[in-house]
Amino acid sequence: MTQEVNTKKINTLTSSNLHINDVSMSFELPGGGSAEALKDVSIILHEGELLSILGPSGCGKTTLLNIVAGFLSPTKGSVSLNNHQVTGPSAERGMVFQQGALFEWMNVRKNIGFGPNMQNMPIAQINQRVDELLETVGLHGFAEKNVYELSGGMQQRVSLARCLANDPDVILMDEPLGALDALTREKMQSLILKLWKETGKTIILITHSVEEALLLGERLIVMAPRPGRIHKEYKLPFAQQAITADIREVKKTEKFTSTREEILSMIWDMEEEIMGRKA
Amino acid sequence: MLILSLYIASFIILFFSYKFVLRCFTNVEKQAKENTVTFGDESAIKPNRTASALSIFTLLFIWCAFTGSSLSPVHAPGPFTGDTSFTYTARNANNETDTAQVFIRVNPANKKIDTPSPANKNTNNFATNDSTTTSTYRSALIRVKKNDKGGKNKDYLITHINNQPIKPKQILAVSNGTVTLSKKGSLSFTPYKGWQMEPIWLPAPEAVFLRLIDIAQNGYQNVSLSENIGWSLLRVIVGFLLGCIVGIPLGYAMGLSSWFRGWFDPIVEFMRPIPPLALIPLVIIWFGIWESGKISLLFLAALWIMTIAARAGVSGVNISKIHAAYSLGASKLQILLHVIIPNSLPEIFTGARVAMGVCWGTVVAAELVAAEKGAGKMIIAASKFQQTDIVIMGIILIGVIGYAIDMLMRIAEKKLIPWKGNS
Repeated sequence: MTQEVNTKKINTLTSSNLHINDVSMSFELPGGGSAEALKDVSIILHEGELLSILGPSGCGKTTLLNIVAGFLSPTKGSVSLNNHQVTGPSAERGMVFQQGALFEWMNVRKNIGFGPNMQNMPIAQINQRVDELLETVGLHGFAEKNVYELSGGMQQRVSLARCLANDPDVILMDEPLGALDALTREKMQSLILKLWKETGKTIILITHSVEEALLLGERLIVMAPRPGRIHKEYKLPFAQQAITADIREVKKTEKFTSTREEILSMIWDMEEEIMGRKA
Repeated sequence: MLILSLYIASFIILFFSYKFVLRCFTNVEKQAKENTVTFGDESAIKPNRTASALSIFTLLFIWCAFTGSSLSPVHAPGPFTGDTSFTYTARNANNETDTAQVFIRVNPANKKIDTPSPANKNTNNFATNDSTTTSTYRSALIRVKKNDKGGKNKDYLITHINNQPIKPKQILAVSNGTVTLSKKGSLSFTPYKGWQMEPIWLPAPEAVFLRLIDIAQNGYQNVSLSENIGWSLLRVIVGFLLGCIVGIPLGYAMGLSSWFRGWFDPIVEFMRPIPPLALIPLVIIWFGIWESGKISLLFLAALWIMTIAARAGVSGVNISKIHAAYSLGASKLQILLHVIIPNSLPEIFTGARVAMGVCWGTVVAAELVAAEKGAGKMIIAASKFQQTDIVIMGIILIGVIGYAIDMLMRIAEKKLIPWKGNS
């Protein structure tokens, strides 16, 4: 195990990787004083890794993702991708949002082609890429539909395709399946795993659902609130298993259920602590 | 009062008769089911088009009935027309009494008919018969003493009307009207007015319609109808477009830059609640009564509405859309063009509809104050000549055009921003 980590660390010097170095973030409160959303968070993510971040609400996971995306700059520490420091949003870090981030005034094709279009890629090339991506996310024949005519699950497929169209180095997912019903959610989980396997992208996924975090995370970070910090990290086999086996079968395994219970009680305790502190 | 109670009565009667008819033709169980589902659910309330039709019909019917229109078979009692007469008894200086008759012919308005010739009284008495003519709603003054013998004597008095005693300033009912005795001894006859409106208050619908055709063909005061309406519309469109050209970019700037917002916020917030009509005097002083004045006024009316609409459109952008566009590699200019502007279109359209409505109202008011041509000018000129039919025709036209503008904007909205309400 240690051996393996060491070899990977050597690899990071050459291949694309994401460094989150000692990031802290505090917000000014309207009534004076400040709240620490993140404190000394450090993560190193290697190329092709799928990291899921889990934690109770208010643990700063969305703040962390916004810092990586470049929408916020941290009060302390830095983020770098491929040895370049992150100073703002860029196409190399694509983002998938929960809902409402599609452009309703464009049809599916234009939404997916938005990124390449902004980079002035030739139309024919854009169209070809959009067609490929529609095939990949299972929306063949929906290119000319309006996005508001699609169901929630289909809209998230378009979001994924739109993000992939730019061929980013890292994909950041902010609760991408949060607004979907349980059945659609399961289908989308296997789609995300499929995309991860096919494209080999580095992915950070934020979620509320313990099951989803376990299933989709090759690595799983559980965060604790006040101040937002890393509580525990897991290395998990389920994502790899689920690529080859059926998702439902993976979820039934004893290891999966026992890990799920462990994490659930951990988060439960955190929530209790917050409630106690408030009272 | 009578008309209002009649209107309320028709509302109640039609409501219950509609319910009754409906109950006769539909399944009671089904209706009960519908009621429990829809009551309290605002979205389930659709305007009942039967009620709309009946409402318009009732208004038209009351209008017809109280103006003596030929469109309606039933009318409120109308004013008296035709011949009538009453007698008066006079006492002369010698304390003798004599009786004579007054003949009155009441003509329908705007018709000239000869004065009836008084029947000769073959007596040698001093009182002489009189005759006069008047038209409906107008009282007639009859100087009965003038042709009586000894009538100029100050002791010559009128004592009775139709054998009823009368004193000066007293009002007596006679057939088809009332009679008053003045201090100087003249009689004033007022014909029975009935319950109908005088055309000068409210002309009959067909009179308004005929006037519309007349004005559409011949114009009014040498200005054709299309010219009047056209000028009003032109002013509205020019003022509105100028307001958009300045207001929308200003609103975007206020939504995107804190300096712009800080600089213009006091101005916009101060100007917004001022009704454009309150600016008319100042605008006339500054820009005069000609086109520049009216267009500046409409510009000001549209400007703040469009500014606020554009600002609201920018602040209404879902932040994840902006973030998504950034993380897809869009530049600031590209985000403005491809995300912020399309996203603000629904708000801008709502603002444009309000602005068009306000502009249309303001232009009419501005034309009432000063204009050579225009819909408002036409009705204010007509009101000075008491041509109520033109005034009503003008008001109806203004209403119809305002409604048509709003409908056009709604159609354009549906065509241009089909995603509105679907996101």
